Amino acid sequence: MKSKHLNNCGNWFLDRFPMSKLWNEHMAQYYAPKNFNFWYFFGSLALLVLVNQFITGILLTMNYKPDAGLAFDSVEYIMREVPWGWLVRYMHSTGASAFFIVVYLHMFRGLIYGSYKQPRELIWIFGMLIFLALMAEAFMGYLLPWGQMSYWGAQVIISLFSAIPIIGDDLSLWVRGDYVISDATLNRFFAFHVIAIPLILIMLVFLHIIALHEVGSNNPDGIEIKDSKDPWGHPVDGIPFHPYYTVKDIVGVAVFLFFFATVIFYMPELGGYFLEHANFIPADPLATPEHIAPVWYFTPFYAILRAIPDKFAGVIAMGGAIVVLFLLPWLDRSPVRSIRYRGGIYKKALFLFVISFLGLGYLGMQAPTANATIMARVCTAIYFAFFLLMPIYTRWEKTKPLPKRVTEQPTIEERIPAIKDAFAAMTHEVPTQEHGETVMHTRPNPSGIADAGKSLAKKLKGSLD
Amino acid sequence: MSEQGVDNSKRQFLTTALTVVGAVGTGYIAVPFLSQMQPSTKAKAAGAPVEIDIRKIEPGQLIRAAWRGKPVWVLSRTPDVLEILASDTAKLADPNSLESNQPASSQNEFRSIKPEIFIAVGLCTHLGCSPTFRPEIAPNDLGPEWNGGFFCPCHGSGFDLAGRVVRGVPAPTNLDVPPHRYVTDTRIIIGEDTGEASA
Amino acid sequence: MKKLLQTCLLLLMPLGVFASAGMELDSADIDLTDKASLENGAHLYVQYCLGCHSTKYIRYLNLADDFDIDENEILDKVAPDGAGIYDKMLTAMNGHDAKKWFGTQPPDLSLIARSRGADWLYSYLKGFYADPKKPLGVNNAIFPDVGMPNPLWKLQGKQIAVYETVDGQEVITELELEEEGTMSAEEFDKSVNDIVNFLVYAGEPAQLKRESMGKYVLFFIFIFGIIAYLLKKEYWKDIH
Repeated sequence: MKSKHLNNCGNWFLDRFPMSKLWNEHMAQYYAPKNFNFWYFFGSLALLVLVNQFITGILLTMNYKPDAGLAFDSVEYIMREVPWGWLVRYMHSTGASAFFIVVYLHMFRGLIYGSYKQPRELIWIFGMLIFLALMAEAFMGYLLPWGQMSYWGAQVIISLFSAIPIIGDDLSLWVRGDYVISDATLNRFFAFHVIAIPLILIMLVFLHIIALHEVGSNNPDGIEIKDSKDPWGHPVDGIPFHPYYTVKDIVGVAVFLFFFATVIFYMPELGGYFLEHANFIPADPLATPEHIAPVWYFTPFYAILRAIPDKFAGVIAMGGAIVVLFLLPWLDRSPVRSIRYRGGIYKKALFLFVISFLGLGYLGMQAPTANATIMARVCTAIYFAFFLLMPIYTRWEKTKPLPKRVTEQPTIEERIPAIKDAFAAMTHEVPTQEHGETVMHTRPNPSGIADAGKSLAKKLKGSLD
Repeated sequence: MSEQGVDNSKRQFLTTALTVVGAVGTGYIAVPFLSQMQPSTKAKAAGAPVEIDIRKIEPGQLIRAAWRGKPVWVLSRTPDVLEILASDTAKLADPNSLESNQPASSQNEFRSIKPEIFIAVGLCTHLGCSPTFRPEIAPNDLGPEWNGGFFCPCHGSGFDLAGRVVRGVPAPTNLDVPPHRYVTDTRIIIGEDTGEASA
Repeated sequence: MKKLLQTCLLLLMPLGVFASAGMELDSADIDLTDKASLENGAHLYVQYCLGCHSTKYIRYLNLADDFDIDENEILDKVAPDGAGIYDKMLTAMNGHDAKKWFGTQPPDLSLIARSRGADWLYSYLKGFYADPKKPLGVNNAIFPDVGMPNPLWKLQGKQIAVYETVDGQEVITELELEEEGTMSAEEFDKSVNDIVNFLVYAGEPAQLKRESMGKYVLFFIFIFGIIAYLLKKEYWKDIH
């Protein structure tokens, strides 16, 4: 009897809401390519981190005070006196860095498999807008603890606006709402951080996913799975997202949570990268810390800013470094999407790009010495060359023939024996004296490591052709 | 895809196991999230026992203190008042404080450790307004039956000067007596109990 | 290619090296499970530091809870006279006097271990030496020209600096004890270490809690991951 009631209730609801239609369209009958690899975990993980940031963020606002006189104290109040406040705060601060790790890897996936190329340009644009909103969200959120780094970081970044000719000074004054970073700035950043940008983020994520599900997912081979269909009209190389990718993504979630929890419980500052040491000193408008650097996820762009010897040009270069990413779908003229079928020039260019991006990230954290500035300039040049020369080298180079169907690659599980062998080759047993007894210990084997390095370099070189 | 050789019971088992473990995990993470809304150490510090000095209290006077942010009354009762309290019990809903909140040391006819000093949380047990102190006998507005007591302006509940609620008003129980003890004859700690009953 | 790499490495080298003023930092022996050390550190802190430096985010109650010590013992042995268990560790000195005596208000030390690090604090507290050129008569090898007297000088004794000329600059290479204090060198090191241990605790009282529960959380996630992996493998048998 009861289940009949329940059923009627359910039907009443389903008659009025496209529940099953949504479920089928986006989960049970959304056909995703079956050859997704490691790189395809990061989309769902980004969503997970977003949810984490929302929940912990809402909890933090219950005790945080957006007031220059109270903000720093209220954060310490959360850390010490609110029951479990420390956990919520660390989940939020670690989540911020995790968000960027996941999003950078997600973007890199798009880059290597050409997921931005026709017909997925709009997905890429929405994704880039998410990245932009995320940077704004992180930047404004970083002011809220009101520590020295919060204060001076915001001071430096807002001063960038003043580089814009004519309106610059008025603009930065307007953004701050005061002549320096002050209570007014903190209060408005709080408003943006907790409500305005989160709303924009949610909307953009929604658009990103809707656009993706309209054209279907790309895959590591970069071919269209819709091109070969079975008699029922389903792609032969496609599998329903649910249950196959839901169960797979849950494994990814577990692995991610393992690392995430390790940071939260054992190294929440992560050596000063996730929470900077100087930010444990309350903001002091009269004394800049000796060495100020933005949080790690902004450092590549910050390094580009510093590499240019002119204030306005530096700002333009930094902005350009992000704008150029928006143009990617139109810069890439290659007939193939995936790196697997591209020619050697693209691979080498990408390799250099990755090195220069990581290099910029490192240099952005260091003091701007003469050598560092030269290095940053070289890296900046490579960064821009990668994108701006792309129309030339991608059109020009010879690509490999595309397969008709998606290819099989060894899975992570299948690679484990090889990894084990490699590890064994890099270590050897060394007898050591312990309390008068000879004990065998596993120690790194220098020649084995050198061999492994050589073969890795050879493989890398081979894969660049 | 092929549906042959699918071990459905294994799938069912693993799905259930994952759901259960996932639910337990969600439960674990919900605990800190929910308990972070509990009173913080600061709130507890503000709710710590407070000491009241009653040296200067005059007979018939009511003094107010704050404990956990709530008003606490200390009333000095004259022998006349005590006489009324002992005799005028017919109108009361719970004259022996069987349904009401008070430490064991105050569960007696005067609802206090010492008859002449009455201590209570000054919040009506109906919906938490703070009743007014009306010690006068038969005032115009409260009628000839009024023998001195506390009157809640919100919904008209009346209490006598031992905080005992009269019949036929919305308040369900007598006023709460907070845990308290005497450090000396004139110093009282509110928030700590003597832990014993007194006559 | 190899040469280019080498040049790059060479270019990066100077960035990693931070210029330190002569002396290297001694490493403190931090052990937050050593409750006796923490209690002694808190006791010494109240005696020698709290006169000028508050640790305003710590209540005496926290010490009792986190060190597993009875509240009354904390009030009797650690807290200054008249402090209540819920009181924060505030200093009795007011900001006006502080400015007059030291030119600046001594900072609150609740978070000093998180901004400076334990080793720095340990070396700093041991790094005072006699310097008649300074208004207070002392200087510090780790924090040159610091406007703070050595609060522990009676315990430590009087140190003098040993200079050496490196690249035309006078650099302090070590500190020598000139006058004995009331404590032996080992006792003094242990006492300073206890104070630093207490400050590390004060910087983040939650760290004991999080480290003790971390392993259970990781174990739980591990189990969850194993089941998820088995389920994934089971479903993916369908995919050929």
